[in-house]
Amino acid sequence: MSGDSLWQREITFEDIQRVFSTLKKGVIHLLRGLLSPLKKVIDKFGYKLAIYLFIVPSMGFITIFYIIPFILTFLIGFTSMDFTFEWNWIGVQNFIRILNDRFAPKIMNNTLFYVFTTLTLFNVGMALVVSIVTNHIPDYIGSVVRGIWLLPRITPSTVYALLWLWAARGDNTALLNWFLGLMGIPPQNWILDNPWVIVIIVNGFVGTSFGMIVFTAALKSIPEDYYRAAKVDGASTLDIIRYVELPMIKWPLLFVTAYQTLSLLTSFEYILILTDGGPGLYTTEVWSLYSYHVAFRAYGGVTEIGYGAALATVLVVIGIIMSLIYWRVFKFREMMVEPKIEV
Amino acid sequence: MDRLNIGGRTGLLTALVVITLVIPVVILYFYLGLISISTDMDGVVPEGFTLEHWMEIIDGEIPIAGATLYKYPNIYLVALNTFILAVLVAGLEVVISSLAGYSLSRFRFRGRSAILTLILILHAFPGITLLIALFFVLNQLGLYNSLIGVVLVKVALDLPLGIWIMKGFFDGVSWDMEMSALVDGCTRLGAWWRVVMPNVRNGLMAVLIFGFLSGWAEFIYAQTFIADQRFWTFSMLVYAFTTGEYSYINPGITAAIALLYMIPVILFFLFAQKYLLRIQLIGKGGA
Repeated sequence: MSGDSLWQREITFEDIQRVFSTLKKGVIHLLRGLLSPLKKVIDKFGYKLAIYLFIVPSMGFITIFYIIPFILTFLIGFTSMDFTFEWNWIGVQNFIRILNDRFAPKIMNNTLFYVFTTLTLFNVGMALVVSIVTNHIPDYIGSVVRGIWLLPRITPSTVYALLWLWAARGDNTALLNWFLGLMGIPPQNWILDNPWVIVIIVNGFVGTSFGMIVFTAALKSIPEDYYRAAKVDGASTLDIIRYVELPMIKWPLLFVTAYQTLSLLTSFEYILILTDGGPGLYTTEVWSLYSYHVAFRAYGGVTEIGYGAALATVLVVIGIIMSLIYWRVFKFREMMVEPKIEV
Repeated sequence: MDRLNIGGRTGLLTALVVITLVIPVVILYFYLGLISISTDMDGVVPEGFTLEHWMEIIDGEIPIAGATLYKYPNIYLVALNTFILAVLVAGLEVVISSLAGYSLSRFRFRGRSAILTLILILHAFPGITLLIALFFVLNQLGLYNSLIGVVLVKVALDLPLGIWIMKGFFDGVSWDMEMSALVDGCTRLGAWWRVVMPNVRNGLMAVLIFGFLSGWAEFIYAQTFIADQRFWTFSMLVYAFTTGEYSYINPGITAAIALLYMIPVILFFLFAQKYLLRIQLIGKGGA
């Protein structure tokens, strides 16, 4: 074939396709050539690189907002820092001051009373009642009841506390007094006269759901055979609760008690909104709230971040010790099985 | 499966028990709803119905009885701030915890076991005790008095839980499934996107919803780390109604605003309870 004929021939669709495919191959070759060094790097370090890229963001957050503050809490506790953020080291003076603080014994008592009462009555007590009762009624009703007990927890704390502040008002028309009035009980100003009742109920209603869910999961995992065997032996409902259900949820019971002790000990949000530690002088002030007040509320124009941090240090130490204990006692390590897969 | 009916066959006793258990919780919410549409209340009995409380806040301005100079921030601005906070917290939590969860579930590397231990201990550790030090950190980072500061702190404190949830879900996707996708010619990235991710959708939803509600309801960090009214969220606004010099506003209006604030919570409660229960089971104890 002469070159002329090539040029004289009409250009067909196949020609265009051929040109394009050649171009495409060229581009691909070019890209491969350019990328091959990069690919080598990725092949060599890609796996490690991927791991680091995946894990770095979370570790960054944890370092900046957990580990550094953790260390800082201890350090600031040894200073007389205020809002100027100057590091005035004063040694262990803050801790000596805690020992001599004339309010410390009262606040300590309040804390123990609050944690113990809320825990027994609600976080464990009420949680047991709700989960056992809902386990003995048809499940479609039971799950609705449990769902409703979840409401206080998912309601924003400010709204939930506001509702109770309204319900507990002093006048006759307030919800609580109105109901008690139906039963012939005289009205009272709950926040002023009986602040602990409201503080414990509000925290308790929120706290109930945690235990309720844990216990319900445990109760549901009791084999049906146990119930049948007990019934065959003539056990009443109360017998079944006493001799089948309670012994079977011993472990969850311990878990909820331990876990909720720590969270009650350190949380102060609802008390802050409800009574702000009052009425009067530190009537319902708990340790964590005291630390908050000292650090962020200026009494007599002074905010004592240093002293607040020293007070918080006590809780941080308790917190870390208890977390470590949970980790050992509740066999957290078993949850850490090595990955089945190696990539 | 109902194990045993209390008191034998009587449905009446069951009904009575259920009502006793439920009333103390739900009555407050009915109370809230009624206050927002009533002229005044005697106990649970409204004296008359009105929509005036809702009409009064429709322009976003909150009237304060007896105060002329002080103004609350506009409700729409407050809603926007709360929404931004919640969305950022949810988004960051999902992305970061699924990345970490995936690597902790699938890769073996040095320090993995240490990181898992750390995450579990932090999950049990009460982050609120670090409040004072966090205040210092945010000040040093120049993030005091900003929404983003609260977002970052919130994300960090929720992360151990999020990572743990996501790791659990990734553990649940069998390696065989991922492997067969690879054999069929998927790239690793392709397998991750087409096979692994759809299988952990429930986990992603759980973390997303948890993060959103946790940001939406956040009070103590917002209250402590934000000073400027421009950055107020609903929780700070509602708190202001219960405390301080200008706290007195009409209960009807307060109730209407509180209900507005509750809308996403109610929606999630009605339509996403299975995710909420899942989170609560592994989630933090709270109060």
